[in-house]
Amino acid sequence: MLTIHTKLVEAMLAQANKDHPIESCGVIAGALGSNLPQRLIPMENAAHSEDFFQFDPQQQLQVWKEMELRGEEPIVIYHSHTSTQAYPSRTDIEYAAEPGAHYVIISTALLSGESVRSFRIVDDIVIEERIKIVKTYEPDLKQLKVA
Amino acid sequence: MSVKVSIPTILRSITNNQKLVEVVGVNVLEAINQMDQQYPGIKEKLIAEDQPHRFINIYVNDSDIRFCDGLQTNLKDGDALTILPAVAGG
Repeated sequence: MLTIHTKLVEAMLAQANKDHPIESCGVIAGALGSNLPQRLIPMENAAHSEDFFQFDPQQQLQVWKEMELRGEEPIVIYHSHTSTQAYPSRTDIEYAAEPGAHYVIISTALLSGESVRSFRIVDDIVIEERIKIVKTYEPDLKQLKVA
Repeated sequence: MSVKVSIPTILRSITNNQKLVEVVGVNVLEAINQMDQQYPGIKEKLIAEDQPHRFINIYVNDSDIRFCDGLQTNLKDGDALTILPAVAGG
């Protein structure tokens, strides 16, 4: 399951809608091992395409170095589909190389309606996961008291 | 030319979980060949048909080697070679 702050989801949707019909992409970094997305970095789609995206390699190096310095890792890798549903394409699966990341796909296609879905992609196998959108990352105190 | 190579998570199963590997080579291809001697199998993950694999980005210091001399890009003592999986899709 992907637990993600509502503001991050809103930011991904806003970016995807702004870039439509070009595919939008980016990464959300979080502390190593935390599994919590914190810092959203919109990336340049070097392909400028309606059916392909690629992080600009120079920008990617800088962003990856910065994550390393801050003790972060890519928690979410997101991109948009602008004419198909929010499900990984064959190319998405071929390129997926972060088994620990949540691959989020935002569809801005008119027919499928606006949607956001999350997947794990490991060894060419796609597993959809639930997205829990929260307003805060604080632990649920009520639950802790009951326990 | 001794250089440090930064290995991405996805390839660390080949490098015994090492994040940084030190190799010697006058250019990127030589460095990769030497790395393949120490860690067999890594070369085929990085190179396809004598070109850097499209799924992989290779950088010397801050430059993508596709915009330099590709696998023939020269290395100096102390250079940093960084390997990152390309993030892309459809």
